[in-house]
Amino acid sequence: MPPELHSRPRLAPGCRLGENSQQRVLLMPERALRLNGPSLEIVERCDGQHTVEQIVRELQKIYSQAAPQKVEQDILGYLALLEERRALDFEL
Amino acid sequence: MGSPFLLTMTSTIPNPLALIAELTHRCPLHCVYCSNPLELQSRAGELPTEIWCRVFKDAAETGVLQIDFTGGEPLARPDIVDLVRAARSAGLYVNLITSGLPLDETRLAALVEAGLDHMQLSFQGAREETANEISGAKSHTQKLRVLDWLRHRRLAVTLNFVIHRRNIDQLEEMLALAESSSATRIEFANVQYYGWAFANRENLLPTREQLDHSVEFLKREQQRLQGKIRIEFVVPDYYATYPKPCMGGWGRKLMLITPTGDVLPCHAAQVIPGLSFENVKDHGLRDIWEQSAAFQRFRGEDWMQQPCKTCDRREQDFGGCRCQALLLAGNAAATDPVCSLAPLRSKVDALLAAINTPTSVQNLTQPSWLYRSNPA
Ligand code: SF4
Ligand code: SF4
Repeated sequence: MPPELHSRPRLAPGCRLGENSQQRVLLMPERALRLNGPSLEIVERCDGQHTVEQIVRELQKIYSQAAPQKVEQDILGYLALLEERRALDFEL
Repeated sequence: MGSPFLLTMTSTIPNPLALIAELTHRCPLHCVYCSNPLELQSRAGELPTEIWCRVFKDAAETGVLQIDFTGGEPLARPDIVDLVRAARSAGLYVNLITSGLPLDETRLAALVEAGLDHMQLSFQGAREETANEISGAKSHTQKLRVLDWLRHRRLAVTLNFVIHRRNIDQLEEMLALAESSSATRIEFANVQYYGWAFANRENLLPTREQLDHSVEFLKREQQRLQGKIRIEFVVPDYYATYPKPCMGGWGRKLMLITPTGDVLPCHAAQVIPGLSFENVKDHGLRDIWEQSAAFQRFRGEDWMQQPCKTCDRREQDFGGCRCQALLLAGNAAATDPVCSLAPLRSKVDALLAAINTPTSVQNLTQPSWLYRSNPA
């Protein structure tokens, strides 16, 4: 299920940004994800303030060379993946 | 350019070094499958607070991301709140694996305030009688109380159920317990047969029918609970075709520190003859990780024998578990006998055959357990 565009994703309890040897990571129960470029830009905005739609618009600006539709698709896919791993809560 | 956007988005860190800190072997419970060694270390020999705090900093500098506080029962350490705070301020992700026993609401609040990220609360069953039988103590009611307190805290919670023949038919009740709590993950981990569990394995291994039934049930439930609760399921490797990549490969991802400060590549490494271990009192973690002979012993592939040596799967499972090879084949460098390609797989099959005959299943309904003891 793709996330609702007006909902506000927020990192779930036990999930937070961390850093190790200059590498930003998303720390989660039992696993860590390396964050680079776009994935870091997305996760930094999962603060319970930005809506999914705002995240999409802001990243489309930052990655203006990529096709806007592709950017949107990738973001929705990434958010769904994080949700499936129980790393995000979506607030309405 | 293709799609640089998605492809570079995520990758699991190749070397997410995690540190397992066995703070103490003391424990109010006596689980018949406890993974602690049969020879438990005494309270007097336990590392003091200052040394642990130094180790946490050292670990973070060595690249470790996560620390698992475990034991015994880590809450048996009176300084646990200070240890959590020190590990968190060193930059580690702090995970506590606990029976929930020496805990009250004030202590829980202090742990969360000190920076605890994740709690894994272990359950011995969903029913009071089974749980108490397995843990050799009255423990179940307290765990339910802890679940209730957790509801009001911002903390990631995993329920750990250790699965075996006597409780594998209660999965539905266990799941219901998880659904009524604030847990976002649930682990159904079948007992691994080392230490105390090895001594009790004939009474703990589920039958094939039980296992098939549970796998089917959990697959369905994983679908239903997607996005709500993540269900992890570990089958007993005696029933598997290939072994598990024990510890993610020897000396590849994890280090374990015993209550007295010895640094091991895996929980049971002390049973392997000829290995000796460095202590954090004398050496830094980076040195131990890179130079300890015990960590080198089964790292990579050079130590492998046939059929592992030329097998296509050797980079996936690393030949299985060294301790299991020792226990079952009498040689820690042998192919893990649970592997279907192993020359000694017949030993595992014989045990499974004995367990899966109808008479033995009935005869074993009143087992006599070897309970885990307690250290001095
Ligand atoms: S398995 Fe049971 S006895 Fe062993 S440390 Fe854990 S709670 Fe204690
Ligand atoms: S033969 Fe060795 S490497 Fe191959 S599957 Fe079995 S244990 Fe793994």
